[in-house]
Order: sequence, then C-alpha cells, then structure tokens
Amino acid sequence: MAQMTTTYEKVSLRAKRRWQDRIDIPQVVVFMAAASMIAIVALLLLFIFWQGIQLFVKDGQSIGTIFDSTWNPLADTPEYGILPFILGTLVVTVGALAISTPLSVGLALFLSEVAPNWAKSIVQPALEIFVGIPSVVWGWLGITVLVPWLSDTFPKKIALTLPIVGQVFSMPGFLTGFSWLAGSLVLSIMVLPTITSVSYDAFRAVPQELRTGSLALGTTRWQTIRHLLIPAALSGVLTAVVLGMTRAAGEALAVQMVIGNSPTLPAAITQPVTTLTSQITLDMGNTVFGEPWQDALWTMSLVLLIISVTSVVLVRVINKRRLGA
Amino acid sequence: MTAAARPAPMPGTTPKPSLRQRTSRGSALADRAATVVLWGTGAFVLLLLGSIIVHFALAAAGVLSLSFLLDDPSGSSLGGIMPVLWNSIYMLVLTMLIAVPVGILGGIYMSEYARENAVTGAIRFAEESISSVPSIVVGLFGLILFVDNAHWGFTALAGALALTFFNLPLMTRLAEQALRSVPQEERSASLALGATKWQTIRHVVLPLAIPGLITGVILTAGRVFGEAAVLLFTAGVGTPPHYDFTNFDLSSPVSPWSPFRPATTLSVYIYKLNSEGLGAFKNQIVDGSAAVLIAMVLIFNLGARFVGRLLTRRMTAA
Repeated sequence: MAQMTTTYEKVSLRAKRRWQDRIDIPQVVVFMAAASMIAIVALLLLFIFWQGIQLFVKDGQSIGTIFDSTWNPLADTPEYGILPFILGTLVVTVGALAISTPLSVGLALFLSEVAPNWAKSIVQPALEIFVGIPSVVWGWLGITVLVPWLSDTFPKKIALTLPIVGQVFSMPGFLTGFSWLAGSLVLSIMVLPTITSVSYDAFRAVPQELRTGSLALGTTRWQTIRHLLIPAALSGVLTAVVLGMTRAAGEALAVQMVIGNSPTLPAAITQPVTTLTSQITLDMGNTVFGEPWQDALWTMSLVLLIISVTSVVLVRVINKRRLGA
Repeated sequence: MTAAARPAPMPGTTPKPSLRQRTSRGSALADRAATVVLWGTGAFVLLLLGSIIVHFALAAAGVLSLSFLLDDPSGSSLGGIMPVLWNSIYMLVLTMLIAVPVGILGGIYMSEYARENAVTGAIRFAEESISSVPSIVVGLFGLILFVDNAHWGFTALAGALALTFFNLPLMTRLAEQALRSVPQEERSASLALGATKWQTIRHVVLPLAIPGLITGVILTAGRVFGEAAVLLFTAGVGTPPHYDFTNFDLSSPVSPWSPFRPATTLSVYIYKLNSEGLGAFKNQIVDGSAAVLIAMVLIFNLGARFVGRLLTRRMTAA
C-alpha cells in the first residue's frame, strides 16, 4: 500500500521583510524633529562659547578681565571689565525676586487653596494675558508711568534717622527715575506669572489627604498652609524662584528701557545701573564684527548662557532631591 | 463648633478652657488676616491688568484709526504702522510654517515613541535649556549663524529661523501634552483592529488631539508675535520702505513677500522708536503700537480658549 505522502514547502510565518519595512520611516522622521532641539542647543553652545572666548584668545585680554570693574572700550588703552554688568544683572534680579516671590507665592496659594472657582476662572486667564504682553510694552509702561512717578515722588535724599541710633541709612533720591528699582519693579511683574504658575503646580501636587488630615486635627487653613503646604511644596516653590530668576536675568529690552544704563558698579536702588543684557542690546549694533569691543559683548553673552545652563541644572538637582525623598 | 453646643459644666466645678479655646483666638485672627492678604494678591493682579488695559485704551484713543493701521510711517506727521504690522504678521506666518510641523512631529515622538532612555533624557534637557536661554542670546546665535557666517545679512528668514529655535521647545511640549491627553484606550482599540502604529497615530491620535494642538499653536503664536529681542540682530531694525504688494518677485530685496529682506516688526519698531527718541509724534506712535500689540495678545488668548473649547465640544459630541 502506497503511503500517501504530502510534502509541504517550509514557509516562514513571518513574511520576508524588505528594508523599507524594517526601517520605520515615520519613527525616523518624528525622531529627527525631536532631536533637532539637541542639535540647536549643541550649535548654540558651540558658537556662543567660541565667540565668547575670543576676547581672551584673540584680543589677549586676561580671564581676570571679567572681574575688572572698569568698562571703557573707547579709551586709548580700552578696558573691558564686565563686573559692573554681572553685578548689575545680579542686583536687579535679586531685587525683582524679592518683590515678586512673596506676591507670586501668595497668588499661587490664593489660586490653589482659597479662591472659589469663579475667582480662579478670572485670575488664571488674567495671568495668561500677563505672559503674553510683550517685553517692549512693559518697558514702555515703565518709561511712561513708573519712571516719572519715581522721580516725582522721591526726588530728594531718602534717609532713615532713629532717635537714639542716629541715621540708619541714607541714599540719594531718584534723579531721573531711571534706576535699579525701576528695573526690578518692571521685572517683578514680568516674572510673576512664571513663579505663580510653577508654585501653583507644586501646591496642587500636595495630596488632598494631607490637607484633610491636618484640618481634622483642628488647625485653621492658615496653619495648614504654613506648617504643611509650604514645607511640603518647598522644592517646587524653589524651582519656581529659580525659573523666575532665569527669566529675570535674561530679560533684555524692558530692563534696558528703564534702568538708565550707567556702566558703573551698583550704588543704590535709586541710581542708574546696567546689566549684561542691556549693554549687549545697546552696543551690539554699534560695533564691528571681530573688534575687541564686540568680543567683550560676546563674552557677556557667554556669561548669560552659563547662568541659564546653571539654572537648568539647579532645577534638575532640586527636583531629583524631591523625587528621591 | 460653638460654645453653646458644648455640654454644660458640672455644677460646682469651674470650666477649664479647652486647648482649642485658648489658642483659637490668635490663630483664628491669623487665619482671617491670611485670607484677606491672599484675596488681596488676586485682586492686585486683576487691578493691575485692568489698569494696564485702561491706560493703553486711553493713551491710544486719539491715535488709533484706520489710517494709523494702513499708512506708511511718516517723518513729519503721525503716519501709520502698516509696514511694521505687515512684517509682524509675515514673520509670524513664516515662523509658524517652520515651527508648527517640526514641533508637532517632535511632540509625536515624545508622546508616542520615546522610551525612558538617555536619548529622551538628552532631548528633554535640550528642551529645558533652550527655554531658559535668554532671548537676546538666541538672537545673537541667529546673528552669528545666519547674518555673519551664512552672509544672509538681516533677513526675515534669519529672524524666522531664530524665532523657531526659541519657540520650538514650547511648541513641542504643548504638542506632546495634547497628544498625551488622548486616552490610551483609543490607541489600544485601533491597534487591536490591526492598524499599524503610524496608522493609529495618523488616523486616531492626531485627530483626537486637534483641539489641544490648535490651542498650542495659538499660544506659541502669541509669543512669536510680541518677541523683539530675538529679532533685533537677525531681522533688522531699519524703518521699512514703502511696500509694493504687487511685487511678487521673491528674490527682490524690496518685495514685501520676500523672506530675503530686512523685516522690522511692530515690537522691534517700538524699541527702535524709543531708543532713538526722535520725532514729535514718537509717544503717540508708540502708545498706538503698544495698544495694537496688547489687542493682538488678547485676541490670541481669547482665540485659543474659544477655538479649543469649540473643537473639544465638537469632537466629543461627535
């Protein structure tokens, strides 16, 4: 009896794949779009770093120039000390944060803990509009409203004298109104939405059970906020302040318009100062590519870049600690 | 709890004040004060925004007119802002033409493909870094890259590319958020029907994310429209010539349609007028221009809200 034999051709269940099938073209395209940001950052760091070191490499200035306090690029022996700009950026930023942080954190607490829905639905869109108002408009408001008000209201010497201690402090009045304080005030409003929205997220992230637990112990809302919410959200609030600082230190046009731009070390909040961004804005157009003066401006932008990269790293460290805890 | 609700003290004993009673007066007062202060911050923001809008409405009342929007700038009279307004819109469209597709594609990668690995970490780090780099430094990067090294000079294209660099992280993040908010079940259902991953993204996830994507586009547009520091050293600061809108020659340096010409925008124009401080009508022109900018910001914000809500309603109702 003949055995019935059937032979089967061996067929792989997986169809033979062509190379077009092996490479997922959409995936490659979307990856390239996302990775383009890496390329942009790498190029930006490279170019600004290269331009920023020319003052030392090509023009033979010593690195110590950064900490020199005399800025006089037009002198016979030009001096490119950029300390006034670094300190100016520092003090204007600190001033802005000192004004803005309490206000913004209060506003974030209001939105997250106190405000009923109707109030939230008015204040939150208002904050979004604040974000959208262009820098030059803030600067123009500063020039037309804030600066004249400052010089009209405090034209004379401001001094505080106590009966026994004597004179505690004194400073000259606003000569023109263009001043450190004007810069800090304008900036404090500009960074308000940033600090508010990031701290708001931090407060919202505190679990509801902790609030109810605290209130069940008989604490008032303010006690819960002060002893529970603020400690619990502290790293988030810190992140918010660092982000606000970054924005304040990098803001150019609004500050330049109200700050007076005097390249000297900051003396008093009533006096004109200058910042890294405002000097770059002012001088870049008046200088020639490759001359030491412009190279000093590039060095200043490298300093700005270092400030912002440091703050990105700082935010990461703060958040890692929060997630690790 | 009120005192009346407490059980009456036993006769013959003096009622001992409870812990609650002893501490409550001070803390209740502090709580009351804190509530007032926190409400005050909310009121302050609204008051400030309200007075800014009123201030510009009053300042621009005598300036804003159809001819202010449609005339060329003039040395001797009030003139208009037509060319700079045109440039603002032109730069916005040019920037969004580049930033929106790249941003949405990048958002698709971050939301649908990215795994938690070093490459994704590097992309996130880059995203955060660009967002924190000062806009003036991004402008200087555009200056060195396009204006100096590529020898383009001050051009609309150089400005638009620098603006794209600056706003790409925002667009990517908003697109990622919009895509992530699409429920996972939608993807599973599509994949279970045999669709490939890309078919799922293309025909299921993207359409569902459209409301969020459009909100993202409008928010990014709002930021692009008012930006000045990025453009100062890339698109130029000169007062534009009279634009001949019938000149469609894209290689011509005077054609308003060409990306290879300087393009001073409205924000940059405000900055320039202020720093040069010339002209009898400077203040009126700047007040009017600032009012136009604020009006555009309001339109972008309300537009994003309205369109987002409208589309969400239509999508979820369907």
